[in-house]
Amino acid sequence: MSTYLSNNWETILTALRQHVWLALVPVVIGFVLALPIGYLGVRFPWLYHPLVNTCGVLYSIPSLALFVFLPVLLGTKILSPLNIVVALTIYTVALLARTVADGLRSVDALVVQSATAMGYRRLRRLIDVELPVALPVILAGLRVATVSNISLVSVGALIGVGGLGQLFTRGFQLFYTQPIIVGIVLSVALAGICDLAIVGLQRLVTPWTRYQRGAA
Amino acid sequence: MITFDDVVKVYPGGSTAVDHLSLELPTGKTTVFVGPSGCGKTTSLRMINRMINPTSGRILIDGQDVAGQDDALLRRKIGYVIQHAGLFPHRTVLDNVATVPMLLGKSRKEARTAALGLLERVGLSAEFASRYPAQLSGGQQQRVGVARALAADPPVMLMDEPFSAVDPVVREGLHREFLRLQKDLGKTIAMVTHDIDEAIKLGDVVVILRQGGKLAQIGTPQELLDHPADEFVAEFVGRDRGLRSLSFDTAAGLPVRPLTADLLLDEAGRPVSWGDGEPTGGTFTVEDSLRLVTDLAITSPVGIAVRVDANGKADGLVPHHDLVDHLAERRAAK
Ligand SMILES: Nc1ncnc2c1ncn2[C@@H]1O[C@H](COP(=O)(O)OP(=O)(O)OP(=O)(O)O)[C@@H](O)[C@H]1O
Ligand SMILES: [Mg+2]
Repeated sequence: MSTYLSNNWETILTALRQHVWLALVPVVIGFVLALPIGYLGVRFPWLYHPLVNTCGVLYSIPSLALFVFLPVLLGTKILSPLNIVVALTIYTVALLARTVADGLRSVDALVVQSATAMGYRRLRRLIDVELPVALPVILAGLRVATVSNISLVSVGALIGVGGLGQLFTRGFQLFYTQPIIVGIVLSVALAGICDLAIVGLQRLVTPWTRYQRGAA
Repeated sequence: MITFDDVVKVYPGGSTAVDHLSLELPTGKTTVFVGPSGCGKTTSLRMINRMINPTSGRILIDGQDVAGQDDALLRRKIGYVIQHAGLFPHRTVLDNVATVPMLLGKSRKEARTAALGLLERVGLSAEFASRYPAQLSGGQQQRVGVARALAADPPVMLMDEPFSAVDPVVREGLHREFLRLQKDLGKTIAMVTHDIDEAIKLGDVVVILRQGGKLAQIGTPQELLDHPADEFVAEFVGRDRGLRSLSFDTAAGLPVRPLTADLLLDEAGRPVSWGDGEPTGGTFTVEDSLRLVTDLAITSPVGIAVRVDANGKADGLVPHHDLVDHLAERRAAK
């Protein structure tokens, strides 16, 4: 194993860097897109169900199908990492738009009412009150999206792009287990670290969730 | 002064929540809306700060129609307290209270300093300032709700069943503090409750609404108790309204008889017991209500209430037939 690592560390690092990039850029773009889309599902209640259904359908498209189909749609090269980024952004939006909508809907109506009664206008109320109160739900969705993206990137290796997934395909091609093990360990570790990072962020930005009613 | 001028509210479903309501809420006084569930109390209250817009008619605050005003700016001048307080769970107590001053453009520091003073006013020590609402009891949350509504020193306060989510003992305490605060602050308050006792205790003016959002009667608590306009009001204020009405008269006009040797006193002249060992069962002063005197006369084993002066020295006796005569005269005079 150590010979494999010392001979291939450059390849492994490149794969890891690519993996991080391919997984997390879509999380960021998807999150930014999901906020307004999710909000629309709350602002206009008739939009909520179409939104949830659309998200459900999008999320259920098999990733490989999407990776293969996107180049046709976007006119990109089949080996372009852009396909992966776009595909994962679609999944992230599908997951987070619904989470944002559900998070905002979970905010106690009394809290929203009292904010309105105190003289908040709609936008400031959203930013100062509704989003912060919905944050625990939204961040839970963000964890799912991040971890799921990290595992989906590997699928991209089947079409030739895919960060750590390339270590799997190489291992299979050569009947050689070491790259496979390294690939698995690194992608699990990456998912774990990202998950922990978000949990840490959550503790930092929502200190109030630590106090449950009656358990203070 | 808040004026309801022929206000009607019909909800989209077709139900009439408020039906041609015209009334005035005097400046600096507490006006309590009371009535059975669904009679349009909350609707009436929310039309004042435009959370709900009337179908027809006008609401004026000091002569200015609320309809012409910017919603958000109007609401920042009107304190609002609801049942369960509706506090922001993600903000500390201090920042909850600082909300409206900050909306009005005060710096965070300024707003927080003012908020700290307000917490004290509503009877919460500084140790609560950094807690989150989830770390407070229901009664404490309600106090924070009141402090938050008071924070920008609004001339008008709306309170929708502010004390109904807490147990009777806590409610009693909150009532006392409400009366104390209101005596200091003299806000123009519109309050909603479904509890007639609370209305009578806290209201300078009581508005009784009936099903369908119609005004049944408006008046001081005593007017409602002494002269209910109809069966509905009489029933609503309760069968013991005669006794309750006595809460509003003091014992100042009540004649007393001189002390007799039957009442044993200590060396300072304070009553100890009756000669045959029966306890006096309590005393009253001229400032106490006729209701208390009645209660003392009824429960006293010898049927006599004992009056004392400010120092606790016995200075008169009221046997219960004297009390009955006085009450009969009082009724005749009304
Ligand atoms: N948004 C709404 N749409 C349709 N009808 C409504 C709406 N809000 C209230 N109503 C109806 O209007 C009437 C008055 O409601 P309101 O909430 O003002 O009553 P309330 O006196 O505050 O009652 P409670 O003591 O139960 O709080 C009720 O019959 C209610 O069903
Ligand atoms: Mg109500």
